[in-house]
Amino acid sequence: MQASEIAPGVGSAEDSRALVLRGLTKEYRKGSPVLRGIDLVLPGSGLTAIIGPSGTGKSTLIRCINRLVQPTSGEILFRGQDLAKLSGRALRNARRRIGMVFQEYNLVERLTVMENLLCGRLGYVPAWRAWLRKFPPGDIARAFDLLDAVGLPDFATRRADALSGGQRQRVGIARAIMQEPEIILADEPTSSLDPKTSVEIMEILSKFASERGIPVIVNIHNVELARRFASRVVGMSGGKVVYDGPPQELTEAHLKQIYGGENWME
Amino acid sequence: MSDVANQNADRPKPFAVNWGARLGWCLLALYLVYACAQLGFSPARFSAGLEHGQRFLERMFPPNFTRWQLIASGIAESLQIAVIATFAGILVSLPIGLMASRNLMPGWISWPARGFIALCRSFHPIIVAILFVKAIGFGALAGVMALIVASIGFISKLFAEAIEEISAKQVEAVRATGAGFLSVLIMGVQPQVLPRFIGFATYQLDSNLRNSTMVGIVGGGGIGASLFTAYQRFDFDVVLAILIVIVSLIMLAEILSGWARKVFQ
Repeated sequence: MQASEIAPGVGSAEDSRALVLRGLTKEYRKGSPVLRGIDLVLPGSGLTAIIGPSGTGKSTLIRCINRLVQPTSGEILFRGQDLAKLSGRALRNARRRIGMVFQEYNLVERLTVMENLLCGRLGYVPAWRAWLRKFPPGDIARAFDLLDAVGLPDFATRRADALSGGQRQRVGIARAIMQEPEIILADEPTSSLDPKTSVEIMEILSKFASERGIPVIVNIHNVELARRFASRVVGMSGGKVVYDGPPQELTEAHLKQIYGGENWME
Repeated sequence: MSDVANQNADRPKPFAVNWGARLGWCLLALYLVYACAQLGFSPARFSAGLEHGQRFLERMFPPNFTRWQLIASGIAESLQIAVIATFAGILVSLPIGLMASRNLMPGWISWPARGFIALCRSFHPIIVAILFVKAIGFGALAGVMALIVASIGFISKLFAEAIEEISAKQVEAVRATGAGFLSVLIMGVQPQVLPRFIGFATYQLDSNLRNSTMVGIVGGGGIGASLFTAYQRFDFDVVLAILIVIVSLIMLAEILSGWARKVFQ
């Protein structure tokens, strides 16, 4: 596994593509694949929205990338390094460069906002520092800056379980940014939120992405939000990519193909 | 009304009859009657017992505190046994409980750990205390060891169950940041289980206090020895004095543990 440790610069010099998926397949039960050979190339910047009906493998796809789910076969080339083959320390070192935002925020409820943000540094900071809460001052300063940036100043010492959904997702995004990620995965980040908060969350996500030049992959149910914020839309159906292109070219016919039927569109 | 009844006539029964459960209850009732008959429980035996009990109670009053120094030193030793056993027991139970949790550990670790816990649980503390008294001799050390074993058997299992009930989502999020196993435990698992662990630990202290008054009966040190001697000498007024002290100690512990739980909530 030592050999798969990334040599700095080699992958990024090779190409500017952040992520290349080749033949990605996942079967939770043998013989019934959820992902059927996904091929995708993600550019080094911009927001890519993945749309598709529930149960079509969007979450599985995203979770295969940072290996919260083990892919059955296929390659996940992240800056030229195959994530599918990593394990142990090499996998953890790859994960810390991949930020993730969750549908149900997945904050540690009994920790404060500040502690949740600093969780984003756990890939870099030794465990004893986390235990004694002796995080480097630079990390703490960045956490305060990020809280200001997501509109939650003065929330540092509040416990996560005292926050509203929108506030939690802001913390969730800030935690992902704390990792100084090279890519952000967002799994239905707005599905548990009201329409107005959803737009605010998408704005924060796309603002960070463009300011810092981080590519973002968002699973999203809301086609309008996808059209509004994404520079590229990937439509999935039955574990396959059935549309891949700019949001302007996404037609009713495509949506019909992705979601099946047409009565729901009326 | 009858219209509605007719409507439901050709539908499946809304509440299925569980014949197995009914049979089980009947068998249980029959066995209880049989067991009472076997043991000779009868109203006559019961009233005889009541008379005996009355004489016993009369000899208990008033409680006799004249040998308070003996009682005080016994209680102090029991308290020390309980605190040391609880502290050491929890210290050992933390890693064992973690190892026994099936959500964080692979089967080849969790099953042996569960087996060890089951072994610690399989004997009553008094039996373990007798074993230790025989093995390492009379005195408080035997009592401490017996209660450590009892503590491991009890709280390791509760710790493991608390860990198995945590939210996997919070752990997943911490893992996704690239955190190592220890960091995941510290930031993802510990905050979720800490209040419950505190609760179990105070409960175990409470339980060990009660048990520490008992290990003395078999030679494990503490107030139990004095209590047993007083029983054997029919000094029932001394017995009552000791019982009163034990009850106050347990109540004090109850108040303290309630306070501890509140602090860590």
